[in-house]
Amino acid sequence: MSAETRRSHMPNEDTFKQRLQRRNLRGGVWSRFFSLSLIIAILALFALFFNIVNQAFGYAASVSDVNITELTPSGDLGTLSNDELVAILTQYQERRLAVYIRDNLSRVDNSVYSTLPISESLTGSNIPEALATLSAGQLTTENRAALLVNNLSQDQLIDLVQSDVIGEDILEAWSLSDSLFNKEMIDATVAEEYPEARLYFRSWLSFDFLTSPGSSDPIQAGIRTALLGTIWVVGITILFAFPIGVGAAIYLEEYAVQNRLNRLIETNIRNLAGVPSIIYGLLGLAILVRSLSGVTGGRTILSAGLTLALLILPVIIINSQEALRAVPSSIREASLGLGATKWQTIWKQVLPSAMPGVLTGTILALSRAVGETAPLVVIGASTFIVSDPSGPLSQFTALPIQIYQWTARPQAEYRDIAAAAIIVLMVLLLSLNATAIILRQRFRKSLQG
Amino acid sequence: MTENGAYAIELKNVNIYYGPKLAVSDVNLNIQRQKITAFIGPSGCGKSTVLRAINRMNDLIPSARLEGEVTFKGQNLYAPNVDAVEVRRRIGMVFQKANPFPKSIYDNIAYGPRLLGVRTKSVLDEIVERSLKGAFLWDEVKDDLNKSGYALSGGQQQRLCIARTIAVEPEVILMDEPCSALDPIATQAVEDLMRILVKQYTIIIVTHNMQQAQRVSDYTAFYSIRKKEDVPGKENRWGILNEFAVTNELFSNPQSEETERYIRGEFG
Repeated sequence: MSAETRRSHMPNEDTFKQRLQRRNLRGGVWSRFFSLSLIIAILALFALFFNIVNQAFGYAASVSDVNITELTPSGDLGTLSNDELVAILTQYQERRLAVYIRDNLSRVDNSVYSTLPISESLTGSNIPEALATLSAGQLTTENRAALLVNNLSQDQLIDLVQSDVIGEDILEAWSLSDSLFNKEMIDATVAEEYPEARLYFRSWLSFDFLTSPGSSDPIQAGIRTALLGTIWVVGITILFAFPIGVGAAIYLEEYAVQNRLNRLIETNIRNLAGVPSIIYGLLGLAILVRSLSGVTGGRTILSAGLTLALLILPVIIINSQEALRAVPSSIREASLGLGATKWQTIWKQVLPSAMPGVLTGTILALSRAVGETAPLVVIGASTFIVSDPSGPLSQFTALPIQIYQWTARPQAEYRDIAAAAIIVLMVLLLSLNATAIILRQRFRKSLQG
Repeated sequence: MTENGAYAIELKNVNIYYGPKLAVSDVNLNIQRQKITAFIGPSGCGKSTVLRAINRMNDLIPSARLEGEVTFKGQNLYAPNVDAVEVRRRIGMVFQKANPFPKSIYDNIAYGPRLLGVRTKSVLDEIVERSLKGAFLWDEVKDDLNKSGYALSGGQQQRLCIARTIAVEPEVILMDEPCSALDPIATQAVEDLMRILVKQYTIIIVTHNMQQAQRVSDYTAFYSIRKKEDVPGKENRWGILNEFAVTNELFSNPQSEETERYIRGEFG
């Protein structure tokens, strides 16, 4: 080809410079768009966090039937002995002493309670011999007080004094932002509308909140039963979903031949991961709660745990498959080349190498299970329960259910305790995710020596 | 396995297929004991395929299929009663890319013996030391046996892989382009090591480097490509064993014209 006939298709110097400017400009616009997306995401997260914290702390105006300093000058009921606490109850709620005994100590059905001698109706309690043959109705006030002193713990008595003698009632609660920046308005409102009330800064999230069971009184209500329920359910979930999920992934990645059937199975596992969780709830209701009620006991922790296990199983399988696939085939070849069997290769080389990925995937799937509400609603988690779950076959409630139920109530205080419960749930989720990160780092380190 | 046959490995009328596609056709080859045999040839001629057939690594590819016989000391390796695990334990392999396990140097070497059930610490210590010495790596790593195998340089990693292979005391070592990722100094070290190992082991090496074949091997097998002219595309190419001779003879006096052109560097 001669020099005359050769024609370049490239732009000349000027056009090139012009176009380069345009190309750089376009890149700049996109990069700004991307950083804007990030800012929006961060703002949304911040708004969520602010909203929750705003609800969970703040001033509250409350009135009490009896001021606590009238009962004990120190203002702390914990300094009082059982005798003193029962004396307070006797002074203010003499008629209810019989009810306290029945609610806390009765071992028999209410219909026969009043007719039986208390040695039978209150079996297991510490009963003075002289009273053993009397029925509950025949006891004097002194007898009742003595029974309460001997058989209730100090904490139980303090709770009774709190709810029935002091009887705190929140008239109005303010948000954290109002409490910090608008104190004058709060003071004015209290002075005008609730001259009797005591104004104090209240953290709805407290140690008592974590350790008290549910209650119909928002001031007394806590999340212990819900938290324990969640822990039980997630425990059952991991017990079933982890071994089955990882096992299925090992089979699909290491053993299954690439044929049409196995490809179909894999595709459908991916589809299952996208099925809405409420549908898993319906599945759990139909199969675990109804058909298998003999095994699962109906609406129990076991049913819920298995339902959530089904829900996250596809996610665990997919994540574990990805982790197994990421193990370089050179490691498999090296192991097999040394005369390892297939199982030795999987167990000693492939699985340890894949473990960081498998664990991360599993824990992220679990944190999804912790936050799931819909399937638990469908299989019928109890919305109100005060006794701790005692095993896989107990009735239960779970944190998301408790939050859902509290936010649906009309009284404003329930929104405050719901916000406090959300903080607990988020801390639980964050610590699960942190565990995933720590485990991954540790495994990675141990692999690289 | 029985102990007979004059050669370490014999291939008789071997055809290897991947699915319906013929990869290597009609290979007849006798590998001498305690010699280094080099497989050379252009890309796609099937030399690695033949090498991997010798310790049944091709079994890992579900579609691979072998016709004919591969015998090790007279025993057909593809007989139904032969377990591939036993084959691989006796015929070890060193791969193109150094592939230490993500474990310590010690555990890399001890892995093979542990698979076979060696548990005693003192025995394992002895095996690790002997294998690393055998691969001339001992002096460089003896103070940090607990360091990860990944912490070593490329050449050291490849010698670690050789040490790992000889730890299970195989009889044949297959090497699939072991120096292709190494610099000249590391290559020299591996080649020197091969010359020493051959006193105990039968070695087969696949190499793209004709100088390397000339330097280290006793015998050379040259593979080349055949194709059906009337059908285009890669589907109709397969490899054949073109020429097999003592290395010096093959390079100084090639019998086939194709060999001559290849060793003169006219195609690759």
